Amino acid sequence: MIWFVARKLGGMLATVAVASVVIFGALYLAPGDPASILAGGHEVTPATMAAIRAQYHLDDPFWVQYGHWLGGLLTGDPGTSMVLKEPVTTLISSRIGTTALLVAYASVVILVIGVVSGVLAGAAGKVVDGALTVVTTILMAAPAFVAAILLIWIFATKLSWFPVFGSGEGFGDRIHHLTLPALALSGGYLAYVSRITRTEVRAELAADHVAAARARGLPRLAVLRRHVLRNAAPPILAVSGVTVAGLFAGTAVAEQAFGVSGLGSLLVQSAARQDLVVVQVLSLLLVAAFLVVNMLVDVLNAVLDPRLLTERTA
Amino acid sequence: MTMLEFDHLRVEINGRPILRDVTLSVAAGEAVGLVGESGSGKSMTVKSVLRLLPPGARATGTVRFGDTDVHTLDGAGLRRMRSQDVAMVFQDPRATVNPVRTIGDFLTEVLRDQGVSRSDARTRAAGLLADVGVDHVARRLRQRPHELSGGLLQRVVIAAALATSPKLILADEPTTALDVTTQEEVVAILNERRREHGSALLFISHDLELAAAVCDRIAVMYAGEIVEILPADRLHEDARHPYTQALLRSRPGTVAPGERLATVPGSPQSAFDAPAGCVFADRCPQAAGLCRDVRPALLPIDSGLAACHLLPRETPSVA
Amino acid sequence: MAAAVVCVLVVLLALLAPWITPHDPTAVDPLNAYAPFTGDHPLGTDDLGRDLLSRLMAGARTSLAGPLIVVLAAGTAGTALAVTAAWFGGWFDAAVSRLLDILFAFPGLVLAITVAAIFGAGFTAPVVALSLAFVPMIARVMRAAALRERNLPYIEALRVQGFSGWHICLRHLLPNLAPLLVVQAAIGFGYAMIDLASISFLGLGLQPPASDWGLMIANGQPSILAGFPQQSIEAAVAVVITVVAFTVVAERLAERFGGGVR
Repeated sequence: MIWFVARKLGGMLATVAVASVVIFGALYLAPGDPASILAGGHEVTPATMAAIRAQYHLDDPFWVQYGHWLGGLLTGDPGTSMVLKEPVTTLISSRIGTTALLVAYASVVILVIGVVSGVLAGAAGKVVDGALTVVTTILMAAPAFVAAILLIWIFATKLSWFPVFGSGEGFGDRIHHLTLPALALSGGYLAYVSRITRTEVRAELAADHVAAARARGLPRLAVLRRHVLRNAAPPILAVSGVTVAGLFAGTAVAEQAFGVSGLGSLLVQSAARQDLVVVQVLSLLLVAAFLVVNMLVDVLNAVLDPRLLTERTA
Repeated sequence: MTMLEFDHLRVEINGRPILRDVTLSVAAGEAVGLVGESGSGKSMTVKSVLRLLPPGARATGTVRFGDTDVHTLDGAGLRRMRSQDVAMVFQDPRATVNPVRTIGDFLTEVLRDQGVSRSDARTRAAGLLADVGVDHVARRLRQRPHELSGGLLQRVVIAAALATSPKLILADEPTTALDVTTQEEVVAILNERRREHGSALLFISHDLELAAAVCDRIAVMYAGEIVEILPADRLHEDARHPYTQALLRSRPGTVAPGERLATVPGSPQSAFDAPAGCVFADRCPQAAGLCRDVRPALLPIDSGLAACHLLPRETPSVA
Repeated sequence: MAAAVVCVLVVLLALLAPWITPHDPTAVDPLNAYAPFTGDHPLGTDDLGRDLLSRLMAGARTSLAGPLIVVLAAGTAGTALAVTAAWFGGWFDAAVSRLLDILFAFPGLVLAITVAAIFGAGFTAPVVALSLAFVPMIARVMRAAALRERNLPYIEALRVQGFSGWHICLRHLLPNLAPLLVVQAAIGFGYAMIDLASISFLGLGLQPPASDWGLMIANGQPSILAGFPQQSIEAAVAVVITVVAFTVVAERLAERFGGGVR
């Protein structure tokens, strides 16, 4: 188990390291002088240009520059936004709470509604299954921005239960403001998790060991909980984990559509302003978040199903 | 005393017959072997005792356990029968023991469900495992199915089946998935322990000799019908039905080395394909006109019962 | 069937758009802003009085061309990578698998946003970024299939006959993998369309006055609050119908040729 975790952790760190090289190196693939790109494409005085060259060690070899950047990241000083003239840490720390809350909110919606509806569709009768299949088909076809537009239309002009703009102040108000973004973000993922859950529950219900458990006279609910759901959990968890990891990228659309001030909207706005210092740090952060969640899911899965420990890990 | 009784049991799935007419009884403490080729309806017969029929299945006739007709049991009654009075051992232990839970969970689950405390259930599970010849009991209880061999796992399943000292054990080809050397051990343990517990046994097998070694009586099944019932120790001498005789001839060891092994001509039929009269008529080397059209009754002959028109009958038919 | 008809119809509209749009898609007519649905403007007009039907038709061109380029590029690169990895095996295969794992860690959207930041918003940058992001998705499936195919006896027979690896890969392996590639491309098309529309929605794709569908949805957002949702809703419906139609066709193809959805 310890070896398994260590191997997963090592793989994750290696991938993050490669990702950091790619993200940092991408700057050099762009046409033109990195200094002028770092300046955000704006016309600047030669003095400013020289300052940028010095600040980012642009006259050093690539690996030295990368070392400076990585060192800065690891010591908590990833640089200062060229456009906003603010340290990246300040920009991130004022927004990370909102994004974390949004991802957590959407995850809860996805897991609770997705898994419950999937179990219902798999274990309840044909009518429930049919109705849920229709709903999930519609949801799966609606990407986050489409869901956002529909929610804004409904809640801005027809109903006014939830605000359609802004991030809110304080926990309750923030939850209130983040409800629609979380719903827009979760729709398609929720349908996906629901579908997978249904398939897995169906497969387990048909398994011999479930028939054997019923033959032993265990109550229906006990069979469902201890044998069907317990065994269906690892694959459902794996899919949900990938889904939740994907939410970090999805926050860009949801936050931008609802005017929520978080990391996703900061990434989009920084990209539009070509504020590369910020974009590099945020991309790496989102990729790292994606990888960390994936790794946690792998480990949790191995705890639930120890057979995974002995198999070759992909 | 009769423990289990099938009375003209017929099972159809979506209108297609799987069992045509099964009449058979098992007395308390008795072991009966149900033998036939795959698809003959053996499994469906035992599953109907616990009402484990697939969706779309409809059963007519009766299956009585003790004094109760199992088709009339309500949910709670059915569960009580499944969890306390009747135990089932399936063909493949790998498939029938939940792969992600421990052996201990598997053994104590039903006991715990009946209100036995955790530590008592653990102690009893350990005792049961030791009884079926499993070593390192404490460690086994913590292990999961993939860490055990097939033979060991089937012993675990037998231990679980004995946990509630059931009145009846249904064993559906319990050794088919095991390799030959462990087969005999497992069968021996199953038979020995169920005698100690005084449980009756309905043993399903496609292997006549194996069934005869374990059981008191043998029932031979073909295409959803029982064609012959006879005492196990009279199997070779008294087998009268052409199908039983064909099965006996098709076993290795019955012919001298170098000679061709006899096979049952034709391919096995399901209850749906079999002719309206005698189910074996299409494959029977001696079939006459009567055989295809009129169903033969299961009538006494020598020490057993056989359903065949071609046999000489001492007494006029009464059925 | 209905789905295939929708696909063909959308493609035809996009191809013929320059000749059949009822109005100039960029012609501003402020007096006619938010016009109701009439014979002249079957789908109404936007906040600047531009004909929405014409804009949707014109926007179909970029909205379809983007995902098409993505699946063509990713399909070619992914298949080439997959077949060479499966053919040579060993350390090369291991290295390719590792590379794909790393590439898999980049969510397509994040990669596209990053690339747009460096190269500037527009059509090209997000398409290139997404092509790259879609390579592992296609390459993984193709590699598994190529490995299976490579181990079939007929390949061995061809080698014994003295055919070169190139010949076997190009003339035998690839044609046998083609149906699966078509299925993967069709599935990828829907996802690519959603991702590119997202980028466009975020303002990092084509810029106004273009009428890429994602951009139309975003541009219509202020009008929703004013009570005129038609531009956003119509563009959203266009995206959803097209994605659903292509996905349904992909699923049918998958049933026919094998290779499920994701």
